[in-house]
Amino acid sequence: MAKDEYQAREFKVIGTRPIRPDGIDKVTGKAQYGADMSAPGMLWGAIKRSPHAHARIVSIDTSAASAMKGVKAVITRADFTHQPEDKANADVLDNCMAGERALYDGHAVAAVAATSKSIAAAALDAIKVDYEVLPHVTDVDDAVKPGAPIIHEGRQRENVPEGHNGNVISRTAFGHGDPEEGFKKADLIIERNFTTAATHQGYIEPNACLASLGADGQGEIWVCTQGHYMVRNVSAAVLGLDAGKIRATASEIGGGFGGKTHVWQEPVALKLSQEAGKPVKLVLNRDEVFRATGPTASSSADIKIGMTKDGKITAATCTYRLQSGAYPADNAMLAAMCGFAPYDLEHVRTEGLEVVTNRPKAAAYRAPGAPMGAFPVESVIDELCQKLDLDPLDTRLQNASREGTRAVYGPTYPAIGLEATLEAAKAHPHWTAPLGDNQGRGVACGFWFNFGGDTSVSLMVNLDGTVSLAEGNPDIGGSRAAMTMMAAEELGIPLDQVRTFIADTASLGQNENTHGSRVTYAVGLATIKAARHAIEVMKQRAAMKWGIDADAIEWKDGAAHPAGDNAGKFPPMSIKEIAAISSNTGGPIAGHHEANPEGAGVSFATHMVDTETDPETGAVKVLRYTVFQDAGKAIHPDYVEGQFQGGAAQGIGWALNEEYVYGEDGRLQNPGFLDYRIPVASDLPMIEPVILEIPNPGHPYGVRGVGETSIVPPLAAIANAVSRSSDVRLTALPMSPPKVLAAMKAK
Amino acid sequence: MSRIHVSTTINGDETEFLCEAQETLLDVLRDDLDLTGSKEGCASGDCGACSVTVDGRLVCSCLMLAAEAEGRAIETIEGMADGDDLHPLQQKFLEMGALQCGICTPGVLVAAKNLLERNPDPTEEQVRYWLAGNLCRCTGYDKIIRAVMETAKDMRGAA
Amino acid sequence: MVAVRLWGSLGEAAGATEVEVQASNLRELLLGLEENYPVLRSELERGISVSIDGKIYNDSWATPIAPDSEVVLLTRLVGG
Repeated sequence: MAKDEYQAREFKVIGTRPIRPDGIDKVTGKAQYGADMSAPGMLWGAIKRSPHAHARIVSIDTSAASAMKGVKAVITRADFTHQPEDKANADVLDNCMAGERALYDGHAVAAVAATSKSIAAAALDAIKVDYEVLPHVTDVDDAVKPGAPIIHEGRQRENVPEGHNGNVISRTAFGHGDPEEGFKKADLIIERNFTTAATHQGYIEPNACLASLGADGQGEIWVCTQGHYMVRNVSAAVLGLDAGKIRATASEIGGGFGGKTHVWQEPVALKLSQEAGKPVKLVLNRDEVFRATGPTASSSADIKIGMTKDGKITAATCTYRLQSGAYPADNAMLAAMCGFAPYDLEHVRTEGLEVVTNRPKAAAYRAPGAPMGAFPVESVIDELCQKLDLDPLDTRLQNASREGTRAVYGPTYPAIGLEATLEAAKAHPHWTAPLGDNQGRGVACGFWFNFGGDTSVSLMVNLDGTVSLAEGNPDIGGSRAAMTMMAAEELGIPLDQVRTFIADTASLGQNENTHGSRVTYAVGLATIKAARHAIEVMKQRAAMKWGIDADAIEWKDGAAHPAGDNAGKFPPMSIKEIAAISSNTGGPIAGHHEANPEGAGVSFATHMVDTETDPETGAVKVLRYTVFQDAGKAIHPDYVEGQFQGGAAQGIGWALNEEYVYGEDGRLQNPGFLDYRIPVASDLPMIEPVILEIPNPGHPYGVRGVGETSIVPPLAAIANAVSRSSDVRLTALPMSPPKVLAAMKAK
Repeated sequence: MSRIHVSTTINGDETEFLCEAQETLLDVLRDDLDLTGSKEGCASGDCGACSVTVDGRLVCSCLMLAAEAEGRAIETIEGMADGDDLHPLQQKFLEMGALQCGICTPGVLVAAKNLLERNPDPTEEQVRYWLAGNLCRCTGYDKIIRAVMETAKDMRGAA
Repeated sequence: MVAVRLWGSLGEAAGATEVEVQASNLRELLLGLEENYPVLRSELERGISVSIDGKIYNDSWATPIAPDSEVVLLTRLVGG
């Protein structure tokens, strides 16, 4: 499959920086996102949401709403007559529309479709819900204490040992060796607790869809998503419909970062449409996005690392508790797998406890679990270096994972790029630049997996010799540019002769979501193979015209050439010329590739940051930031740089300012961009991206996925910088000014 | 409820519409006038994705009632290019890869154009503070700031 | 026979950090584990990933496994 594919070569197009094909639409406002589509006769959908963190729904009276002029459908859970057998889909249904209980502030309890936005809003007000408020818990450490309200009885997995209450849904453990023995060899042991707050992916485009579902189960949905196949499949499963009867079309997407790899309100929109007999447009507002789509988990970790005075890590343990909201998830497991991944350790044990709370159902967020995993590890290694007076980069190099290292999560690493990023960091002028008063420098490493997954691509050679490439992965980072480049490179034709489209679900086979840093790798691989398939077909057609064997033909510079003098003296046939005779020589010319390319690799990064702390206010300014990451092969360097910079910016926000704030009443206090403060342009410096290229043997061009790893190191890199500059170790994120000030004063 | 009749000018075109009293300019642009280039990111004036200019003043259209557009000159992203001639900012954003998902891009371009009309030679800090009202989650702002500064340089050279 | 390493808590459940299965590809491996180690069934049903010689596989049944391959069972990986 995707084993040893890589062939080193000189590229004509790959590695250049052409203007992206979807660019003009995006700078002129023409591009159509989730909320930009309309349909004739369309209704406006709206959702009524619980104001309580935990409550039994005693009754819902929709009669007044139904009677209102302009209201064409009113639904509650009772209208969802299909009960999915699959537990995960049953949770999705319950999250889309609460059943017996509302499990978090913002949980959907009813929905309407009306002829205008204002009538829909009035209809929501007219729905009467009788709640019996129940005790709630929103903090991860409170949820595991004896006496905490138990959110789901009977869903604790068999892997949880005695002694944990019912909110601990799952326990996974990793590692090898005997840490107790290892700690005996350490000269210094540091043991601490670290906490991180829940953050939201913060995409600027609220979730939106336009759905149309008939009484016969046939339907259409236009939706902003990272996976329109997933939306179709999961919505169908939740509603008890046949997936093949629904066509999902992906709009342009205004950010996802993992948050749009799930279904949020799409089944509700489809159901409203079916009830009303009209298309329904359902767009969430910003308040709803924060309260009722998935943030990431908050965490609390107890870590212990021992080091010799020469910098060798002798033993390490960490217990991670992550709460992923009101439904079971697997984020704790991912944290426990990833935190120590950059290090070659003889004795290491990690444990992940998955906790449920009365909070919204968590979603994936760029390397899920890994930032929480790395934060304690990279912080304690830094503190050990400080106290033992060791260089933080050299110490990491000394303990670095390399080819042949046994990872904490089990396998032995093949060739990896971690050392290269550390060496590049050491050699960079940033490392030796002078620092002023109240300034500090922090470094940290990070790790994430890459994925393959189901991929279908179709490459059509049109009658005029231009090429249409159909792929099924919504473009969140510039992937259409990369696919166009790979197709043009492979076919040997100019870039402007190829146009890449994101096909709907009726036009291609299954496609895995745009996530897991997989698209440039997997869809790129499929694009290259589809192009090679088309080339084989075109060689056959030229062979037919020339009356020679297809084996005697080579493809070069966008044309079929006889291979060598023995093949015959024929002038080359360009793609245009071959396309013109396609009907005569066998019919339409297309290449396609359907596969589940697996065996993707892993991605490492090192980040370096300088910060300055205001001693009077505790405000932290980021002065300088450099990202070192291995991309295997940068297809379009602008977009690789963009991923490095964007991930770092999100990590900076997570480290310094972003958090979900809950009140005593269990309600989210800051569901808006004013008080949930993501970095703005004046908060950040330029972010320097250093792309390393150590080719991935599993991809023809050496590509490694890069999109996610960049959010993993910033949390600790910044904590390390701030801790060094203020001479106090910060262990709770975000390091907002009041917290930094309090820590400095308490010293 | 009865609706209000509004006469205004949008991107140089005389425009009339009917709106409810509480509807914002953003609502009307998007839902009634098919000008979906301005985006709703928050409806509370925090993200800038809905940025337009009103009589030359940079405004969040989600914070302005549609009825207030009476007699004013509104400019949206759709008016920034001249036919198929892109504004230098639009061209530079494409050349320098200053967008990823593109949802914030219309608002950023409207705001940046307004800045350069007022201050053709801004420092990096001035550009950052002017654009602090336009949230971007994808880019970390680096390439955006560079593109605005490069465009300012080009436009000064051409002037 | 292929030696399969189990991650921490899975090994705790099975009572061994390494088990042996007769398998020449991923499908046979999964079937063999289910049959011979019933205690692993619920985890297998929830979905797992498999690392074969350092690379990660989820679903491809035909993925070949050599007798000297390093095979490690992982919990199911998801991205964002």
